Amino acid sequence: MIDRRVTIPSKRPAIISSLRSIIVFREFAMLLVLVVFVIVMSILAPIFVTRGNVEAILLGLSVEGIIAIGMVIVLISGGFDLSVGSTLAFAGVVTGLALTAGIAAPVSILFGLLASLGVGLVNGLLIAKMKINPFIATLGMLITIRGLLLVLASGRAVLNLPDSFTVIGQGRLFGLQYPIYVMLVLVILGDLLLRHSRFLRQNYYLGGNRRAAWLSGINVDLVIIVDYGIAALLAGIAGLLITARLGSSSLTVGTGTELRVITAAILGGASLSGGEGSVLGAFLGALFMGVLANALNLLGVDVYWQNLITGLILIVAVVVDVVNERRKSRPR
Amino acid sequence: MAQVLRVEQLSKSFPGVVAVNDVSFELGEGEILALVGGNGAGKTTLGLLLSGIHHPDTGRMFLCDRLVDFASPNAAIRAGVGMVFQELSLVGGLSISENLFANRQPVGRMSLIKWRDLYGQTAEFLRRFNLDLDPRRLVKTLSMGQQQILEILKAISNNPKVLILDEPTSSLTESELGYLFENVHTLRTQGMSFIYITHKLREVFQIADRVMVMRDGRYIASTPVRQVMEQDLVGMMVGREIVNMYGAASNALGPEYFRVEGLTKTGVFENLSLRLRRGEILGLAGLVGARRSDAARTIVGADTKDSGRVVLNGRVQEIISPADAIRRGIAYLTEDRKEGGLFVNMPVRDNLIAPSLRRFVSRLDLLSSRKIEHYASEKIQEYSIVTPSSATKVIKLSGGNQQKVFIAAWMGIHPEVIILDEPTRGVDVGARAEIYRILRESAATGAGIIMISSDLPELIGMCDRIVVMHQGRITGELTREEFSEERILTYAAGLALPAAQAPRAAAEEHP
Repeated sequence: MIDRRVTIPSKRPAIISSLRSIIVFREFAMLLVLVVFVIVMSILAPIFVTRGNVEAILLGLSVEGIIAIGMVIVLISGGFDLSVGSTLAFAGVVTGLALTAGIAAPVSILFGLLASLGVGLVNGLLIAKMKINPFIATLGMLITIRGLLLVLASGRAVLNLPDSFTVIGQGRLFGLQYPIYVMLVLVILGDLLLRHSRFLRQNYYLGGNRRAAWLSGINVDLVIIVDYGIAALLAGIAGLLITARLGSSSLTVGTGTELRVITAAILGGASLSGGEGSVLGAFLGALFMGVLANALNLLGVDVYWQNLITGLILIVAVVVDVVNERRKSRPR
Repeated sequence: MAQVLRVEQLSKSFPGVVAVNDVSFELGEGEILALVGGNGAGKTTLGLLLSGIHHPDTGRMFLCDRLVDFASPNAAIRAGVGMVFQELSLVGGLSISENLFANRQPVGRMSLIKWRDLYGQTAEFLRRFNLDLDPRRLVKTLSMGQQQILEILKAISNNPKVLILDEPTSSLTESELGYLFENVHTLRTQGMSFIYITHKLREVFQIADRVMVMRDGRYIASTPVRQVMEQDLVGMMVGREIVNMYGAASNALGPEYFRVEGLTKTGVFENLSLRLRRGEILGLAGLVGARRSDAARTIVGADTKDSGRVVLNGRVQEIISPADAIRRGIAYLTEDRKEGGLFVNMPVRDNLIAPSLRRFVSRLDLLSSRKIEHYASEKIQEYSIVTPSSATKVIKLSGGNQQKVFIAAWMGIHPEVIILDEPTRGVDVGARAEIYRILRESAATGAGIIMISSDLPELIGMCDRIVVMHQGRITGELTREEFSEERILTYAAGLALPAAQAPRAAAEEHP
């Protein structure tokens, strides 16, 4: 019998193609830009690379870095979560009120986390079961939860939280504050699980081709509900850490966080149409935004300019992606 | 041959249409059954019923003599019935391995994916099918043909007892086709059974043991391939009664004024040339994949062309967007009126004026509601649109009345050339007759009409001339005296007519 192999000449050696499948173009580019940026800054403003400044950057990053993990998972599945900023504040207020009522810190923390998880499950159910557009569902939750926490706290911040709680945000290990460790652990864990666990991996199928995912036997609704649950729980964790750091439950904390986190995830290679992105990429995106803001401050650039510059960088990054994609998909 | 699948009196209706009507058949172990029929014959729906994607209204299925009732595609796959769809269901950003083993990746502790096992199993699987591909390669870097083969292998990797292939060869090259057929033959000797849905009759004779014909949702016949000729199959696929509701054609056609010359969009359609006379109704026939709609979209500038030109009234027209086409009086009424035609959530009157908004503005670019109301009530009467009022949302109307609104709106630009894509799909008989009357009247005023339709009796009843396409090429042209469903279907299936029957070669010039 004739051997009729369908052969395709491989353009690059296998080792490089497998490397590329681990570190995609965007993550690599982000890392490169960051390295160059840090080198340039350390020459322009030596204070940039001091320990104190690095810690300030990382601490500032901890909130958005943690939320970006959940956001990128939702984005990969083809969804969208605008409610994370409200959820963050909600968890802080619930825990703050519990503490003020004399409930022990660990139990109060549990309350806060459950409250945030609840928000996520409502999001997930609305989107998966009621088939409501994720943008609308989570926009509704953004407003609802912000209102709910104002009602709960009667419009006033919950002050003077006990040390037994604030230690989770202010305590130090090897000289660095706890939130930094929490963030690093969650980012590493999130990245590994999204790459290697079968359950989270299903998000790529969902975002890539939802009907195909369903036909392949994936429980689409369950994945969506879990995704929004994870995103909200991570927002809750971030909310507790910042509440502990501040020592009070602010009602306005987290305003606008959702858009900055989405920006970070997209800078890191996620796509609003789903199927693409990674936790590492989203984290690098957030890190880049944090480093940039810090550098502009050190260089004495007016704070008004910072938004303008961040916005332009986002647009340029996406345009580069689109051009790159067009070049690749040109017919052979 | 042991029986693997038995289907008894399966039926499935969708609003307004019985897609599968009382179909019964059997499939033997290791048998390759070809399923043929015209567009809308119910072939694909039958496949969807067998593979658990749709649920039958009535009827029973037995798999290996056990009654089965699939609640989901997943249940069907587990029981041993798989289906490969016309459209691909792969995720481009993931590797070959992850697509092949979607949701069945080997996992270890904490349900983490064992990548080495995954790649190993994939490599072994690909070797079994003689495919020299890197398991880690991303699917989006594969050619369309390779992706289609991967799609089929994905279904095979579930090791089904029965595999349903729905038009699996649309983007395969000849060598890929040979490769596919070889593997299908190997698998059938191992006991896998196939239902091969196709409208390419040539393939039926290449691969199938038995062929089953469906028409209008019904089972017509099934016969061993060795005992049947191509022309017999075409005859079985047609065989409808023709009712005359098309009205009489006018005898006086005007001069030729519109030409499409050598229109080409590489990989989609090649070297398409059409001529149209004033007052003429030209039919464009073909099966799924003939690329008729692509051609129409390209003519009006909604898709880009690679070469070719459009000539109207002796002048070459540069049309690169639908707005250009409208300015030159070329109207295109798409086949999916709800998606690309009407604004279904807006009132009838807003839809009626949509293509010709400019006519209703008064000074200061404001729309004049008086003019609009007047115009709308006039058109509702003229086109006998049945609607409670001109303010009713289009989505509330019946399919036939929606289509009348759609046609009335476009007639408002007074087009010189009207291209209609499936103008009577989902339209009841009464409204059809109305639409035919409207088209005849427009033709009588000197407009030329190009009508894309899969309804052969409609083409034969309405058209002065029919051009037939097959896979992006014109394969035949018939004048009124030569019209027959057999001839159209033969050209549409890409077959040549026997010499005695051939009326005229496609490329031949008219005097």
